[in-house]
Amino acid sequence: MSTIGIKNFNLYYSEFHALKNINITIEEKRITSMIGPSGCGKSTLLRSINRINDTIEGVCTNGEINISNQNIYANNVDVDFLRRNVGMVFQRPNPFPISIYENVAFGLKVNRIASDRNVIAKTVEKSLRAVLLWDDIKDKLHKSALTLTLEQQQRLCIARVIAVAPRIILLDEPCSSLDPVATQRIEELMIKLKDNYTIVIVTHNMQQAARVSHDAAFMLLGELVEFDKTEKIFTNPTKKETEDYVTGRFG
Amino acid sequence: MIKLSPKLSQKFSYLLLCMAAILTIVPVVVIIFIIIKNGTSAISWEFLTSMPKDGMRGGGILPAIVGTLSIVLCAVLITLPIGVCAAIYLNEYAKDNLLTRIVKLAIVNLAGVPSVVYGLFGLGVFVMFLKLGVSIIAGALTLSIMELPVIITTAQGALSSVPYSFREASLSLGVSRWQTIRHVVFPNALPGILTGAILSIARISGETAPILFTAAAFYVPHLPHSPLDQVMALPYHLFIISTQIPNMPKNIIYGTALVLLMMVLTMSCIAIVARIYFRKRRKW
Repeated sequence: MSTIGIKNFNLYYSEFHALKNINITIEEKRITSMIGPSGCGKSTLLRSINRINDTIEGVCTNGEINISNQNIYANNVDVDFLRRNVGMVFQRPNPFPISIYENVAFGLKVNRIASDRNVIAKTVEKSLRAVLLWDDIKDKLHKSALTLTLEQQQRLCIARVIAVAPRIILLDEPCSSLDPVATQRIEELMIKLKDNYTIVIVTHNMQQAARVSHDAAFMLLGELVEFDKTEKIFTNPTKKETEDYVTGRFG
Repeated sequence: MIKLSPKLSQKFSYLLLCMAAILTIVPVVVIIFIIIKNGTSAISWEFLTSMPKDGMRGGGILPAIVGTLSIVLCAVLITLPIGVCAAIYLNEYAKDNLLTRIVKLAIVNLAGVPSVVYGLFGLGVFVMFLKLGVSIIAGALTLSIMELPVIITTAQGALSSVPYSFREASLSLGVSRWQTIRHVVFPNALPGILTGAILSIARISGETAPILFTAAAFYVPHLPHSPLDQVMALPYHLFIISTQIPNMPKNIIYGTALVLLMMVLTMSCIAIVARIYFRKRRKW
């Protein structure tokens, strides 16, 4: 089970109330998109799901986020273990300046998930195959990851996450620095990955949300305005704000 | 007040600014020129590898070279680990609170203390209170306190230049904060840290006042055997032979200065080359 149940969740950046009483249930093995204008809190909400916001000074939260019926904001939660379970891919591809192979093996080695060379090599291959990168780069595994194209780098970042075997993958505008062709190929990859992972994606691109996601959440000024099937959000939204946004009247 | 036309005043200010920049080159060139011109004749293999003779007026400066190298080496071995650890704490862990601000204030003030005060401090604390005597270790400890703020500042600069996205990427793989620092932040900051360390070695090699009361001797007839030995040191030796010894041959004074200058310049050059090399490799 990797349903994400967000209950009465609030987040403050010092004085600023960034997320206001969010309630949402994200189903497993589906793609859920979060849309809304800049500064609406969609990235903040995404970053709350693996507690990467904890690293920002002045952040405090209340309410619950339950993953597999365990509140990840409870006191006894092992945050490192949580993040291994809930991987994250960022806006700009951020491979480490080491070899392609070492990038994917990094989490396995440092977390001591595997120590046997063959096991690591197998996991690296499996992860790179899962993101459809293996065939392109199998001959240059030991070249620097920075020699790859941006799209390949973003795939590599996804492979790096997959290697530590999470059940949930969070993507924070993963295509915003890619061209349309690369974007389309990353989208195809997301659709393929949803069979095995619960995927949550934040995007500025409404067509992308419409194309890839099953459910969509529309946020505005720190509040969740509407959450429903993507089709419903884009064709027949309940709230006026949602309709204004998806029809391009603002934002 | 004469009003210049805009074009003319533009030319005039350009000239002024350019002259000010060129002015900084002049002393460097003049110093190096004078020292090389007067000192080269003294430099020989024997000068670098033998003991002084005839009350410093002849022979070589080997004990001073060895003395300086051993003090500086000890100082770096002491100050580098402490400085780097402090920098990691300040850059990666410290919250912006009273303690952090006091630490930062202390670093700034430590950097502003005159070097002779460090010398007296070293005499009081290391030589007398801790009974280390006038020795390599007392001098090295004094120099390392003096160098600590520089090492901390450069190391912190190197750490904070590692992109935040690397930390986020590592944390989001479930890697703990410490392991992230150890495996991601530190390796990427290492070139910058080392460059800072080499530059600080160059800087403390030429310091005289801090070792004046804590490590340096007028004359020692043998090379140091242990860290508790008193040693000769190049900057102090230079001071003595230029002021205390009558009929000192000029070329030996300049030759000694040349050796010291070359030591410092070589280390600065290594730092610059290292920085260029690592900048080229770094692509983010």
